[in-house]
Amino acid sequence: MQKSTTRDFVVGLFVLAGLLAVAYLSANLGGLSYSGDGGFELVAVFDDVGGLSQRSPVKISGVKVGQVKGIQLDEDLRARVALDLDPALELPIDSSAAIRTAGLLGDQFVSLEPGAEDELLRPGEVFTYTESALSLDKLVGRLVHGDAFEEE
Amino acid sequence: MSEAVRPGTVQRLGGYASSWVVGLGQMAAFAGGIVTAIARPPVRFARVVRAVFDAGVLSIALVCGAGFAVGMVLGLQGYTTLVRFGAQESLGAVVGLVLIRELGPVVTGLLVIGRAGSATTAEIGAMVSTQQLDGLRMMSIDPMHFIVMPKALALTFVMPLLSSLFIVFGVFGGYVVGVDLVGLDGGSYMASLENAVEFRDDVLQSLVKALVFGALLGVISTYRGYTSPPHAMGVSRSTTSAVVTASVWLLLTDYVITAFWGV
Repeated sequence: MQKSTTRDFVVGLFVLAGLLAVAYLSANLGGLSYSGDGGFELVAVFDDVGGLSQRSPVKISGVKVGQVKGIQLDEDLRARVALDLDPALELPIDSSAAIRTAGLLGDQFVSLEPGAEDELLRPGEVFTYTESALSLDKLVGRLVHGDAFEEE
Repeated sequence: MSEAVRPGTVQRLGGYASSWVVGLGQMAAFAGGIVTAIARPPVRFARVVRAVFDAGVLSIALVCGAGFAVGMVLGLQGYTTLVRFGAQESLGAVVGLVLIRELGPVVTGLLVIGRAGSATTAEIGAMVSTQQLDGLRMMSIDPMHFIVMPKALALTFVMPLLSSLFIVFGVFGGYVVGVDLVGLDGGSYMASLENAVEFRDDVLQSLVKALVFGALLGVISTYRGYTSPPHAMGVSRSTTSAVVTASVWLLLTDYVITAFWGV
């Protein structure tokens, strides 16, 4: 009987180690906390979303607070981006959204800049101020065709 | 073109094809038998624990060592490729995604087939050839319930755990090469890994794959043992066939799951 108990114990340890590995993958690497519905949805409308895609991160001061839920064209043929955010977030009504790039060639993400008003954005509302993606090829094109210098 | 294609050849081809389909049907019925055996009392808990020990605990060293080695190779190969594009900071993402989405479940599956699946087939095959299963039946113990079901269940259950261990050790192996040997920044290795990995797309896909592979190799290895011809040559052929069949099915299923998961 002694031997069998030892084996049960070892099997228990194995299961524990396996479950710990699963938990590490899900919670630490998978970022389980933000992958579901955050429940707090806001909308931002951009002229150009560049390489932004579904599940791109949304950040405030570089800290991830949510992700892009979907991108669609609205009636004015502009890009309407639905943001899925942490419900604990309190954003003033004059906050702005911008599309930025991590590094020179990195992934694009939505950066939120909190405003100063007392009134808060409610779920489903639209950002008043937005800034579109900076397109590297447009800049290079302007440089090559000389527009960039004419402005000076 | 051919006098070689005689009716006899065509008939034999047809015979192979139809017997293959028959075998598939028998295996499906066998899988159904295992599922009903799970639902039927008594619960063979001690038998399952024993089988988890044989299939899982004894495979830990192999799986962890292999995971570490594969992670190290991925780290080195990934680095030499990424550095050409100046993207070596993304090494963590490359190593992690490759391990989680593909190599974790697939390589663990192949290792478990070789280590535990073949042993299962040989053990059950030897029981068949020494008529131990008939002996159980005489005592009105259903061998499906007493022998087959615990082993198949254990293989299914053990796979996601082993695969996750493989991945964790692989990520660690990539870290050792990327950070300690090549000299990347440890923080950016882990950051690119954590940013790239999504729960639903990557981790869940990995776990589902491992679970499906486990069920697949559990059914195939027990089925081959159970239907093994009752002599030494038969057991050896069944064991070979179990390893080959399970490996091929695993790789095909891997493609199907990846395709259906989207992206």
